[in-house]
Amino acid sequence: MNMLTEASIEQKLSPMKNEPRIKMRGDKVTVHYGEKQALFGVDLQIPEHQVTALIGPSGCGKSTFLRCLNRMNDTIDGCRVGGKVTLDQEDVYDPKIDVVELRARVGMVFQKPNPFPKSIYENIAYGPRIHGLTKSKAEMDEVVEKSLRKAAIWDEVKDRLSESGTGLSGGQQQRLCIARAIAVSPEVILMDEPCSALDPIATAKVEELIDELRQNYTIVIVTHSMQQAARVSQRTAMFHIGYLVEEGPTDKMFTNPDDKRTQDYITGRFG
Amino acid sequence: MGEHTVASFDEELGSIDQLIRDMGALSATMVADATRALLSSDNPLAQRVISDDAIMDAKQRELDEQAITLIARRQPMAQDLRAVVSAIRMASDLERIGDLAKNIAKRVGAVGQSATPKPLAHSIDSMASLVHDQVKNVVAFYAERRSEELPALRADDEKIDIKYTAIFRELLTYMMEDPRNITACTHLLFCAKNLERIGDHVTNIAENAYYVMTGRQLPMSRPRVDETAVSDAAG
Repeated sequence: MNMLTEASIEQKLSPMKNEPRIKMRGDKVTVHYGEKQALFGVDLQIPEHQVTALIGPSGCGKSTFLRCLNRMNDTIDGCRVGGKVTLDQEDVYDPKIDVVELRARVGMVFQKPNPFPKSIYENIAYGPRIHGLTKSKAEMDEVVEKSLRKAAIWDEVKDRLSESGTGLSGGQQQRLCIARAIAVSPEVILMDEPCSALDPIATAKVEELIDELRQNYTIVIVTHSMQQAARVSQRTAMFHIGYLVEEGPTDKMFTNPDDKRTQDYITGRFG
Repeated sequence: MGEHTVASFDEELGSIDQLIRDMGALSATMVADATRALLSSDNPLAQRVISDDAIMDAKQRELDEQAITLIARRQPMAQDLRAVVSAIRMASDLERIGDLAKNIAKRVGAVGQSATPKPLAHSIDSMASLVHDQVKNVVAFYAERRSEELPALRADDEKIDIKYTAIFRELLTYMMEDPRNITACTHLLFCAKNLERIGDHVTNIAENAYYVMTGRQLPMSRPRVDETAVSDAAG
């Protein structure tokens, strides 16, 4: 008789999973805004080709942490970052790092779509041009088309590339901004509540896009929508008043989180 | 566990929890009444079990409706999600327990014509009281959130299986002794099988209740003893 032990059944149900490579890593990251400390020693690994969602109530430090990953905090007066942030084991706060190049490798999409007040074409072409990524008009055309295609907006704008980007709908503008981030061939894309200004249909399109982009990019997303975090991410990190409370596979975080604060937050029991 | 920011969410979860408790209490009563009716040929009591089953079905429909509305309205997460999904499953097991108790009650008339032999009545009575205790306890452990009691309760189903095997053999003996016993004994065999099935539903409920409370699943394998299976029955 063929006896199936519990272990062998488990094995059949979950085939060996390859441990993903760690793309970015935060090591005891602290952030001060002037006197006020906003992050307290956050250790977090961002696995490659996965979507990592950062959740937590307002003021918990999730956006602050996100902005440490491509040094967006440098632009804020009185902001000091401690600890270590690495991209492929390279310290991104090393003085030798070219911040402009870093931000090309670690792109960002913001809460409110912010297309340049230029043509759709120019919105995409701007980045590759200043980074000198293309040599000819034909090559630029190709980058523009490819980026718009990857952001799932090509079919909607291909006939009006010379029209202004600000004339698009909110959802289209956000996908245009994602296309703009993709155009400089980033490795990591940071998204700070990318859907909070979008309607449900546009949100669904962006979520579908996030899932596709994961094949080629590593994505970190800050979101206030628990359902969105559950839908789009593979890993979830929960922040609370400047601390990383809990981090783990999204499936587990939303069905059986370990920490009481995570439970309270995701079930709607926070004051 | 603290309260939700939205108070009506707590009320909705509380209402679903209350329905599970009500269905649990009703199922325990139905099991006790059905076997009492069987052993004392009490037809009016059997009728009550049959009419109780309609109440059970209505409660299950009510629970399903509330659970689905809650999922649509609240998109529950973590322990709330587990509570709602498991409530749907537990309700379906409780409803099945009701059906099986009703089925026992329906046989009361058919068995009643011929007197059940004393030793056999005793065997069925002791099996029924085991089953009744299991139903009562699983509902109590769920209501009192005593997850630590559930693994042992689930393991205790084995005792019911052993009783069932013994009754199966006993019934075979009576039927071989006198073919006139066959009708009554066949009905009793179905009753015993129903009781055994109720035990299985109790183990399902125990597993779901454990998951609601702890977020972990009980191990998959549970020792099974069913010696009435093919080889023995043929032999």
